Amino acid sequence: MTESIQPKHFQTLVVGAGPAGIAAATSAAEAGSRVGLLDDNPDLGGQIWRTQLGKSGPDVSHGGGAEHWRNRLLASSVTRLQGWSVFDHPEPQTLRAERHEAAADFSYDQLILATGARERFLPFPGWTLPNVMGVGAIQAMVKGGLPVRGKRIVIAGSGPLLLAVAATLQTAGAVVVCIAEQASLASLAPFALSLITDPAKILQGLRYKAATIDVPFHTSSWPLEARGTDRVTSVLLSLQGRTEEIRCDYLACAFHLVPNTELPALLGCRIEHGVAAQAAVVIDELQRTSAPNIFCAGEPTGIGGLELSLLEGEIAGLAAGGQSDKARRLLPKRKSMSRFAARLAKAFTLRSELKTLPTDATIVCRCEDVTFGRLRSHPSWRAAKLHTRCGMGPCQGRVCGAATSFLLGWNADSVRPPMFPALISSLTSTEKSTAPPNSD
Amino acid sequence: MPEPIQPEPTPPNPIRITIDHHPLTVEAGSTVAVAIAIAGLPCRTSVTGEPRGPLCAMGICFECRATVNGVAHRRTCQLLCEPGMEIFTQ
Repeated sequence: MTESIQPKHFQTLVVGAGPAGIAAATSAAEAGSRVGLLDDNPDLGGQIWRTQLGKSGPDVSHGGGAEHWRNRLLASSVTRLQGWSVFDHPEPQTLRAERHEAAADFSYDQLILATGARERFLPFPGWTLPNVMGVGAIQAMVKGGLPVRGKRIVIAGSGPLLLAVAATLQTAGAVVVCIAEQASLASLAPFALSLITDPAKILQGLRYKAATIDVPFHTSSWPLEARGTDRVTSVLLSLQGRTEEIRCDYLACAFHLVPNTELPALLGCRIEHGVAAQAAVVIDELQRTSAPNIFCAGEPTGIGGLELSLLEGEIAGLAAGGQSDKARRLLPKRKSMSRFAARLAKAFTLRSELKTLPTDATIVCRCEDVTFGRLRSHPSWRAAKLHTRCGMGPCQGRVCGAATSFLLGWNADSVRPPMFPALISSLTSTEKSTAPPNSD
Repeated sequence: MPEPIQPEPTPPNPIRITIDHHPLTVEAGSTVAVAIAIAGLPCRTSVTGEPRGPLCAMGICFECRATVNGVAHRRTCQLLCEPGMEIFTQ
């Protein structure tokens, strides 16, 4: 893919090239703004529209008009900047990012943050074994070329993604042994069109493009322990009250999503704890955050799914491009989608039994190998950080922060630059604008 | 020369890399994390000695970090294989 890196100043800079970022960048450019789209993945699409290796174009299995939006973006004047990880803001209206071994500054008049979401991981015995990974994670690995034909995969955790990914894995030739969803039948019932036990029908009810899935779907079920020595070989599941050990090559497990609010927080955007105590960026009706000239769209404003992310992206892009009237015409649609998202969040609320999964010996902070036993004697995230180094490794609490928030009610706050471990050369670069190398 | 690791049939657009000195052929466009998985290796060893592989596969968790072309701690899930790439697990 060809990219242009000049100019490095943009009227509108968008961070994140998933659905919300693509919609925002395209809408702003179509409104006449000079737009840069900065993203840390090798290619467009974020997580959900990530292109499968060997295929051209985005993953259309999740719907949302993936091809339509990609084509519209490619036809627009947006400058695409793939592979850049933002790690600092050295001065107002400027972000510093790293790509391979080079750092560069990108300045803007207006910024749209579309940083997406990540999976929520909860610790249980054995969850650090290789081949235990997230649900979106195994999908990303398969899209990145991982052969899973004939592999036995158990999917566990919570959220619509479990069903969607089961379909992808089956298409790739994997044996999806079963899906264990922690939510109860009763909480999912409002979303089922007819047969609650038919995964395809539930997907439809969740407003996912229905897929063909032929997998046992267990509600009120969750993993108790992953077993194996150098990698997972079986998982002990609690299946509606009974315990069963199931042999597997992979355990894909994640408990719905958490918004990526680190960059918004670093830039001073107000964050509030809303639905299910989930931290989300506070926005007004035109997606403006509390920080001047900064908009936010998609999952960071609260987990709402693909369609809502696209709509929020459009609203932010139009507003940033000076077409607020046009943006306001989309508000009624957003209101109805937000209501749906709130119902969805409630349906997948985590049950308290999951808090009892880690034992004292279970590692919670995977960067520093801090166990649950060492953590739970501390009164707060900050105290635990100081005494155990929990959250001070390279992921900077992105994994264990969400886990301890659920397990212990802690609030993993305080974002400091660098947001990611950057190369020393990037950090010490005193040149205001290091010229990035010509991209491929 | 160490033995090549080649569990799969040769892919349609093969590129050659090495992982811990072992030659491996992968499909062009594969991520480095996937190449390490195909080789059957963990990406890194944790501070208490546990083998670890990718958890998030989207650049957040840093469990997939490895040394690529002499640069340590690369997030291999975000990195595509390139011909001749030298990868070392950590």
